[in-house]
Amino acid sequence: MIEVKDVTKRYGKAVVVDDVTVSLPTGGLTAIVGANGAGKSTLLSMVARLLGADTGEITVGNLDVAKADSRELAKRLAILRQNNDVQARLTVADLVGFGRYPHSGGRHTKEDREAIDRAIRWMGLDDLRDRFLDEMSGGQRQRAFVAMVLAQDTEYVLLDEPLNNLDVSHAHGMLQTLRRAADELGKTVVIVVHDINYASCWADQIVAMKHGRIHAVGTPQEIVQPGLLREVFDLDIEVTEFRGRPIAHFYLPVPTCKHCQSTSGMEGCCLSRQLGSKTPLTLHAG
Amino acid sequence: MTLTAERTKRQPAATPARRGWAGGLAAVVTLALLALVSLFVGVADLSPWDFISGSATEQQRLNLFASRIPRTIAVLLAGAALALSGLLMQLLVRNRFVEPTTVGTSESAGVGILIAVMVFPAAPLWVKMIIAIITALAGTAVFVRLIRALPPRAPIVAVPLVGIMLAGVISAGTTFVAYQFDLLQSLGIWMQGDFSGVLRGRYELLWLLAIVGVVLWLFADRFTVAALGEEQATSLGLSYKTTLNLGLGLVAAASAITLVVVGAIGFVGLIIPNLIAMWLGDNLRRSIAWTALFGAGFVLICDLLARTINYPYEIPVGTISGVLGGTVFLLLLLTGKLKAAR
Repeated sequence: MIEVKDVTKRYGKAVVVDDVTVSLPTGGLTAIVGANGAGKSTLLSMVARLLGADTGEITVGNLDVAKADSRELAKRLAILRQNNDVQARLTVADLVGFGRYPHSGGRHTKEDREAIDRAIRWMGLDDLRDRFLDEMSGGQRQRAFVAMVLAQDTEYVLLDEPLNNLDVSHAHGMLQTLRRAADELGKTVVIVVHDINYASCWADQIVAMKHGRIHAVGTPQEIVQPGLLREVFDLDIEVTEFRGRPIAHFYLPVPTCKHCQSTSGMEGCCLSRQLGSKTPLTLHAG
Repeated sequence: MTLTAERTKRQPAATPARRGWAGGLAAVVTLALLALVSLFVGVADLSPWDFISGSATEQQRLNLFASRIPRTIAVLLAGAALALSGLLMQLLVRNRFVEPTTVGTSESAGVGILIAVMVFPAAPLWVKMIIAIITALAGTAVFVRLIRALPPRAPIVAVPLVGIMLAGVISAGTTFVAYQFDLLQSLGIWMQGDFSGVLRGRYELLWLLAIVGVVLWLFADRFTVAALGEEQATSLGLSYKTTLNLGLGLVAAASAITLVVVGAIGFVGLIIPNLIAMWLGDNLRRSIAWTALFGAGFVLICDLLARTINYPYEIPVGTISGVLGGTVFLLLLLTGKLKAAR
């Protein structure tokens, strides 16, 4: 259980995270969504004690992240940040091996080596084991970092934009891996994603943030609907259901009523007001 | 050093290390041969056969034990330490283009030497060394503070540039003060890398470098984790600040000790770690022995050249290392082996 209570973070005058209180249940896959600058990454960094909160308290499975021993916390919680610009020239095996640092320092035990092998296999990196990170593609590197996080073998796994740099098929593979980590290994996985449809199709729970606050928390069905999406992203997005999952059609141009230019035709459009019935919206030419 | 080399070999690790032991043996043997050559190169005529057959005179014996052996040991220790402190600094600062002699660490140790020469001219060498270590620590701290102030997206050359500027400012200050007190020549002699002054009783402080090496070995994994960057290191539960301070403390101490005893020898700390990293990567536990070995070998070759090129006169070893090291560095840069992105 991750409990965030009254947490605020300011940079100068800008309030990035504004009095947030939220609790994330143990187990399952939680996705945090929101517009750019909504405070998603900042919140995640604070949960992982990489950033200190100005006020409030964060506990991860009863450990207060501000006070707990950092290494003890590292055995329970792993985080992968968005820009892991590692400059050191390390092999995949080296990097994944350092995921074991919280457990054994540098000297790997048999158990450590098994965890490393398992993580490498899970991420399909067997062939790249001895490859240096700077000689690999962005996607392969990303997988190596996730392997490190898995080798850390923590109950809580936080990932900030894990789908960055990944093409469709690797993004799919990554989500499958995270899903399996939650389902088969019983981990609590929290990710920040940009694409609401990934959140909708893969997550058990979605946390929507706006302007540093928690806007809504709920299942994909509860969160991914036009009204809520408009509030969170300031954009009218049509939503349809496919195989029981709501899909937001933000790739399509937003339809506009050709009489009153309204983009929110369902409520307040001239046609729907006058005719008292839902008028199918048409695409406004030009 | 041999001890650490052996331990590395035993550790099961990725392929780069498996190229390990045969090469390691070859390198150790080569280094031993070079060291042997170093013992018998010099103005006084010494030959190994005299010592084996027992026909060496008392004079020759004295020369070997009081001058040649200390000199060779000093070269090996200093070379290994310079390469290791360059490596550690590059890892901790996360920049391939730095080494203690280019970011102000050596220059600030020079400040300490100047203070010692001015205030405690009669103090023994170890007192001067302690003063130099203190000022080297301070100078390194200033450097780290300065590069932390750089914007996060600053280009890769910004870090060495800041270092070079800092070094310039410090050395200008030292030169000014030394000039005022007519100590310029004396300071020059202290700073110039030269093993000709190494004699029994005047180099033993260099053994402290071996201790620095052992500490480095013990904390190798921590330093590599720290090299992943503050956030990554913190999320792995490492106390980043403490590790950074310890590492930079080791760098400053090693630089100051070497400077006080033999003077500044440039480029060792720059090119050796880069060459080794290209080959083996930055996992300190894997590269530490090789870096020490090649650093020692490089300085030994420089010292042999320094003694033989202009025989029977000596060229300062710092000059040779500058020419050789500079050439290698430029070659690495021009052939694109030194990746600018890192």
